[in-house]
Amino acid sequence: MSTRKMKLNSSNIKNRMIENAMYIILITMVIVVTILRPKFLSLGNFQNILMNSSVRLIIALGVSGALITRGTDLSAGRIVGVGAVIAGTLLQRPDYAAKFFPNFPDTPVWMILILAMIVTMLIGLINGLVIAYLHVPPFIATLGMQSIVYGFAQVYTRNEPIGGLKVELTSIATGRVFGIPNLAIIALIVIAFMWFILNMTKFGKYIYAIGGNEVAAEVAGVNVTFTKIRVYALAGLLYGLAGVLMAAKSGGATANYGIGYELEAIAACTIGGVSTAGGVGTIGGIVSGVLIFELLKTALQFLGVTPDLQYVAIGLVIVAAVAIDIRKYLAKK
Amino acid sequence: MGQEIILEMNHISKSFPGVKALDDVSFHVRKGTVHALMGENGAGKSTLMKCLFGIYLPDDGEIILEGKKMDFHNPKDALNAGISMIHQELQPIPYRSIAENLWIGRYPMIKIANIPVMVDAKKMRDMSTDLLSRVRLNANPDTKLKDLSVSQIQSIEIAKAISYNAKIIIMDEPTSSLTQAEVTQLFEIINELRNQGVSIIYISHKMEEILRISDEVTIMRDGRYIGTYLSSELTMDLIITKMVGRELTNLYPPKNNVPGDVVFEVKNFTSPNPRSFKDVSFDLRRGEILGIGGLVGAQRTELVEGIFGIRASSFGEIKLHGKTLKINHPRDAIRKGISLLTEDRRGSGIFGVLSVRDNVSVASLDDYVDFHIKLNNRKLNALAEDNIRKLSIKTPSTKTKIQSLSGGNQQKVIISRWLARDPEIFILDEPTRGIDVGAKYEIYSIMVSLAKAGKSVIMISSEMPELLGMSDRILVMCEGKLSGIVEGKDANQEKIMELATKYM
Repeated sequence: MSTRKMKLNSSNIKNRMIENAMYIILITMVIVVTILRPKFLSLGNFQNILMNSSVRLIIALGVSGALITRGTDLSAGRIVGVGAVIAGTLLQRPDYAAKFFPNFPDTPVWMILILAMIVTMLIGLINGLVIAYLHVPPFIATLGMQSIVYGFAQVYTRNEPIGGLKVELTSIATGRVFGIPNLAIIALIVIAFMWFILNMTKFGKYIYAIGGNEVAAEVAGVNVTFTKIRVYALAGLLYGLAGVLMAAKSGGATANYGIGYELEAIAACTIGGVSTAGGVGTIGGIVSGVLIFELLKTALQFLGVTPDLQYVAIGLVIVAAVAIDIRKYLAKK
Repeated sequence: MGQEIILEMNHISKSFPGVKALDDVSFHVRKGTVHALMGENGAGKSTLMKCLFGIYLPDDGEIILEGKKMDFHNPKDALNAGISMIHQELQPIPYRSIAENLWIGRYPMIKIANIPVMVDAKKMRDMSTDLLSRVRLNANPDTKLKDLSVSQIQSIEIAKAISYNAKIIIMDEPTSSLTQAEVTQLFEIINELRNQGVSIIYISHKMEEILRISDEVTIMRDGRYIGTYLSSELTMDLIITKMVGRELTNLYPPKNNVPGDVVFEVKNFTSPNPRSFKDVSFDLRRGEILGIGGLVGAQRTELVEGIFGIRASSFGEIKLHGKTLKINHPRDAIRKGISLLTEDRRGSGIFGVLSVRDNVSVASLDDYVDFHIKLNNRKLNALAEDNIRKLSIKTPSTKTKIQSLSGGNQQKVIISRWLARDPEIFILDEPTRGIDVGAKYEIYSIMVSLAKAGKSVIMISSEMPELLGMSDRILVMCEGKLSGIVEGKDANQEKIMELATKYM
């Protein structure tokens, strides 16, 4: 009897550990790297990680809606690039010598931000229409969009890198409020916004319902078509914001901005427990997924791992993290 | 009789969360006989067969085949030991040929230096032709399965079973979608197999067929073994008594609803698919429970899914309170006060990974929005808690994922989803399929109380006692057509069967 009880307890602990595997990995990583490289735990480093994660987090939150509805968005990174080049070409210093549009008047940042977000939202909307109305699988639809958008962005920028961005724009990225980077504050607002959408609105409930069982959602009266379109349009909107912020952060833009970010975003979401089988995923999970990803990259740099081997390590962690995380669902079958 | 016993299943028990599916069941089959296994839905027949076929591992008990104790961990073990199963839902690979479907997983190979290098297509075709002749199927082994009829695909499955040198073939409701002529042909094949010494375990609800084909009958009820009898000593009445085992009146709540005026009319309702429902007309009264009966394949589900807007209709009219409804999507039907509990709970009912609360509320979120945008989660919780109490749903909390509940409780959650909409017309498609007896009674009670409250209920059911016990009137379909509507008090099993086979 007592051995049986003990066995139950140990399996309980194991289950708990599997449930919270992501957080355990996160904390262990911080502790180990701090012991090896004490500077890792400095304020400067954390501000750095926060700034890097902020843009990626906004992209991941955009992709997450698609993932929860059992879709995906491979065009995310290239749409981020569109946002970046719109900001880059339209927000250059008036006195900058190599101005892209020499005659374009000096326009406030917020106007261009809204313009960029509208354009990228429209691209997302097209993704949504193709997926919902033409029933093209999201993987293919957004793969096509990835290529189309990149081509247009290159034509638009004539393949030139764009520099000389206005201080009003770049200061968004460099500024701080009470030591917290502006970018992190913006990311927090987006987190709150997306949390509200997913947990407190009909739209959010329908996103989960479609991912959980699309046929049942249809039968329960959910407007599946409209919901999917909105998911991709909202994602586009967030990519636009991320793109403008990226331009602000680096002080320039090219059509190559954001390339490959969709894969990082999808990986971060998956690490954070968004199920590729649909219907599962929380904001908290996505945030920790992105943080784990950034922490890991920084930790590897601190440990002096070469960039090439960093790729290897990151790949291993993605697969290992999901392999552990998926136990939660396997065990319950 | 007197043939030796080939298979013994002794004291088999199997539990699932919340349900004891098999309770100390013993089952013996003789060599070269057809042994029917009977019982109501949920009696445990399928579970017992899944234990035999290695799909489930019994919690307790032993399986002895030809004197040897067996331990099947998967269907492959069972197949290798000489047990084959022909499932009720056939699982063909539609775009591959008959030959490939027969030999998949064990293709004859051309070997070079004893290493298999490629499939021996000619040998495979020859072996297939040989097998096909044994099940009297005159078809080219290169034909793709998608081009065959259901009964032909079934013959392929039987051929496959023969190819494993099966000593025992389990057939689960093999005639459920066959025509009379096809049934006769199937019985000829069964007779031949029996003469060759193969034992057939035959699961069916159709008593007339069982009395015609079987040598022995074992009856189960509520997961328990009731007895084994010689078919020659049985009658339909005897089987029913043993299967039901209690007064029929106790199975259903007292029906004290009173049907009133006509509220809902369906006229000349026709599917664009020529093989589906055609020219169906009926009306439904306030406070009435209308049963829809018929054999599997009679297009009953298609009809109600057409009414609800899941499927298209090409012709016909639906009227509620005399007003014509335009329904193109389930949303349209739901807004007009029609609800449909679908037949396939897992496929189109539950959201497995979502909570009980979300499963209850998904169809009525519109009623819980504050300031045009924010959901009132407190009220949504209250809605779920209310329904859990009213329908006595067994769940640890409103946050529990629905997939961890038992089938009956899942069904009650979906029913609450629709009750939350307060529908005027509630259509339930096989509402008690795969649900234990207690939960069945509760679902019947809900239907009666809805009817009493002046709502109208349509219930599709393939269980004759349920149809007879619950319906004020019974509409019977056959081959997509309406074959008759019988008043509940005049209805009996024979009358309904006659209508259900009217156009065959």
